Amino acid sequence: MAEILKRNKALSVNPLKASQPIGGSLATLGFDRAIPMLHGSQGCTAFAKVFFVRHFREPIPLQTTAMDQGSSVMGADENVVEGLKAIADKSNPALITVLTTGLAETQGADVHRNVREFRAKYPEYDHVAVVAVNTPDFTGCVETGYAATLTEIVRTQVPEAAEAGTKPGTRKRQVNVLAGPMLTPGDLEALRDLIEQFQLRPVFVPDISDSLDGVLTDLDFSPVTIGGTPLSEMAALGEATATLVIGASLKKAGELLQQKTGVASFYFDHLYGLQANDALIVTLSEIAGLDVPERIERQRAQLQDAMLDTHFMLGQLRVAIAADPDQLNAFVDLIAEMGGEIVAAVSAANAPVLGRTKTDAIKIGDLEDLEAIAKERRAQLLIGNSHAVSAAERLGIPILRAGFPLYDIIGGYQKTWIGYRGTRQTLFDLANLVINFAHEEIEPYYSIYAQKPETERRRTA
Amino acid sequence: MKSTKDIAELLDEPACEHNKKEKSGCAKPKPGSAAGGCAFDGAQIALLPIADVAHIVHGPIACAGSSWDNRGTRSSGSDLYRYGMTTDLTEQDVIMGRSEKRLFHSIKQAIDSYDPPAVFIYNTCVPALVGDDIGAICKQAEQRWGVTVVPIDCAGFYGTKNLGNRIAGDAMVNHVIGTRDPDLLPEGSARPGIRVHDVNLVGEYNIAGEFWHVLPLLDELGLRVLCTLSGDARFREVQTMHKAEVNMMVCSKAMVNVARKLQQKYGTPWFEGSFYGITDTSLALRDFARVIGDSDLTERTEALIAREETRIRKALEPWRERLAGKRVLLFTGGVKSWSVISALQDLGMVVVATGTKKSTEEDKARIRELMGEDTVMIEDGSPKALLKIVRDYQADILIAGGRNMYTALKARVPFLDINQEREFGYEGYQGMLELVRQLALTIESPVWPAVRAPAPWKVECASRTISASKIEKVRLAYPSAE
Repeated sequence: MAEILKRNKALSVNPLKASQPIGGSLATLGFDRAIPMLHGSQGCTAFAKVFFVRHFREPIPLQTTAMDQGSSVMGADENVVEGLKAIADKSNPALITVLTTGLAETQGADVHRNVREFRAKYPEYDHVAVVAVNTPDFTGCVETGYAATLTEIVRTQVPEAAEAGTKPGTRKRQVNVLAGPMLTPGDLEALRDLIEQFQLRPVFVPDISDSLDGVLTDLDFSPVTIGGTPLSEMAALGEATATLVIGASLKKAGELLQQKTGVASFYFDHLYGLQANDALIVTLSEIAGLDVPERIERQRAQLQDAMLDTHFMLGQLRVAIAADPDQLNAFVDLIAEMGGEIVAAVSAANAPVLGRTKTDAIKIGDLEDLEAIAKERRAQLLIGNSHAVSAAERLGIPILRAGFPLYDIIGGYQKTWIGYRGTRQTLFDLANLVINFAHEEIEPYYSIYAQKPETERRRTA
Repeated sequence: MKSTKDIAELLDEPACEHNKKEKSGCAKPKPGSAAGGCAFDGAQIALLPIADVAHIVHGPIACAGSSWDNRGTRSSGSDLYRYGMTTDLTEQDVIMGRSEKRLFHSIKQAIDSYDPPAVFIYNTCVPALVGDDIGAICKQAEQRWGVTVVPIDCAGFYGTKNLGNRIAGDAMVNHVIGTRDPDLLPEGSARPGIRVHDVNLVGEYNIAGEFWHVLPLLDELGLRVLCTLSGDARFREVQTMHKAEVNMMVCSKAMVNVARKLQQKYGTPWFEGSFYGITDTSLALRDFARVIGDSDLTERTEALIAREETRIRKALEPWRERLAGKRVLLFTGGVKSWSVISALQDLGMVVVATGTKKSTEEDKARIRELMGEDTVMIEDGSPKALLKIVRDYQADILIAGGRNMYTALKARVPFLDINQEREFGYEGYQGMLELVRQLALTIESPVWPAVRAPAPWKVECASRTISASKIEKVRLAYPSAE
């Protein structure tokens, strides 16, 4: 429904977009004892690391093939092979992903061949899973890099049902969940709770709520992730009763998983708002063959009550949003459900989901575009990442921080947005921003006849 | 793209002590076990604080997308440096060879939208590899639009962050410094009996605004700072750096090529110093007076030092009592090691070990002088090795760069961030007060015992049966319980 407005300027100012390797890394970090290796120059990894550390406030395992002048010009095959060996040797990981950067792709790297060379040369590391993914940063965004990486992991790590002898439904209570990049550790915890209330056992793929949730472990230090989806679970995905796919960007991964295993995939664009969560709960109830538990019904009724309370603040509210496609679409639905008005929508990249997003126009662009459109269309509230804060300041409107990265608040990575409860809290947060922010009030009028005390009378110049 | 010869020349830095060892410049990183940034990273860090310049990163999104809006450094005015600008190259640009054209139009767009006094172009890996001639584009854009456009050819694969610092310094020396003479002294700034001397600071980044602890003192002494490269700098200030009487290299050898080249080209003497700690701050002020050789300045400098030292030592007294004897493991690169050691010793703290990976032989000698011969010098900075030293030497705190913050915290060790990204300013006499406050804040925090102790139910303890026995007791006392 939305008209997609393509980039029409040369220079990108205040980028909204983060790169595909960031997305690929995030997907990797949701697996247990995993580490991404970016195939590029050292800076590609250093910047990505800082990006994650600022957001999660956690140590982040990330390595580099450290391409230099020589290997950039003459070929960097050896960097990949020897880099893999060094990591496998030193850190004993379960999974290494090799993610390409713009540099490697421009040079013409073939990382898939490099992985085969690594296998041939170092068979002693056959127990370490290695997945190569093309994630150049001159195309796509975090979301596409994440989706591509997850798809490759499914392609390489989930066995075909026929080969492995897996049968859908063997594990009656198991539900696979392909979790998109917009889901925070807090979201995953909430989703786990919802699924378990239907006496189902969720297997999240990947699961950053077990690796990037900010937890103090007994281990002082680990060069790879501690927690996340164990790679061993991948072999058993084919025995689940169903798969939930959260995020339109993961459609391809969901289809591939279904095709390989015969386990039916159920697709959800997002889990923001009443309708989206109704769809989830109905599906869970059907999968489990159980009635919706009272506690969930209660939470739904609480959300309905909150919708009533907050519609005064959120109705007709003129909102500007900048996000990656899935999250943009989610917020548009949520705001629309509350009677608000999307006056500016900016996405980091184009994606099929934007075509059905319920707003007039979506600009593929940066935060300068967001600021300009928000200003022109007199937005009253902004939704975006920490980079958008200064735009909100200049516009003189409040901002709800959401997305990647959130570096100017503590615990942003952990906020729960989904489910009836998460949605309720989001509505409260939005409404509070509106009522606590200085808004236009009626200018006091001083009557020329007023009998107010001398000090309160308007002095006429 | 820079040739290997250009890079070798930049790596060969006669004023750097590392040059004299068998391996010149910086060691080659190893795939799969490397840490640290790239040349672009280093160049951007070095120049981004020049606040009113439009800094355009020429490359696909990863270079600027994950690094823009670095808030460590502060500006007293313009905030254009906080706008992330990038050509955000697309696949089509790369395949169809449109990246030069996009860069050209980007420069125009930046000038039209933000009216900067200059535009800096940072070249990155992809355009370097496809062979964009950014020098030519910059020249052409400059002629066309009448705004200075400076090419900074700093593709990440050229080398390390350190090399990037030098590339950045080189670009300033070759394209900016010497293109304008300093302003006349502002009216009303003259004070009787004070002759104003012009100076520069190279490698001062005004992290968290900390240079503003020092600048008032320089003002008081009649030292006009033509430019700090690059904290809170403006383009028009960088242009005048050739006219200084002396350059101070602050706390880092990274841009030592700037000081050396300014000496070659303009005969400006330079000295190395630091504003961390009382001793070093005083030494830096004395060095200004010494190199300038104005006896009246020397006299006034001594008076100011005496006044400030007395004042700050008094203010630090209650803190000294709290911190004296505390054991510190210091892990920072190069020059910073000795300058911070002196600051900590000023407080009566004990530095048990220090990192010397990036230090020169001269730095190490200085460290030995400060700490004694049996100082532990740490070459292996891996998290594992650091934590072992913390344990072995019973350090009370790890002071290191932000990268090691979680190494310490996850191991339940108090930590102080000393690098670029920190949010507190420690420079000058006044900065010492912030330093002690932050040190005490973490060392004395009540959270350490709370996070180190096991959960109560994990410990064998008599109190565990208390609830059960209480339930039983109340039940028995209740009338209905027979």
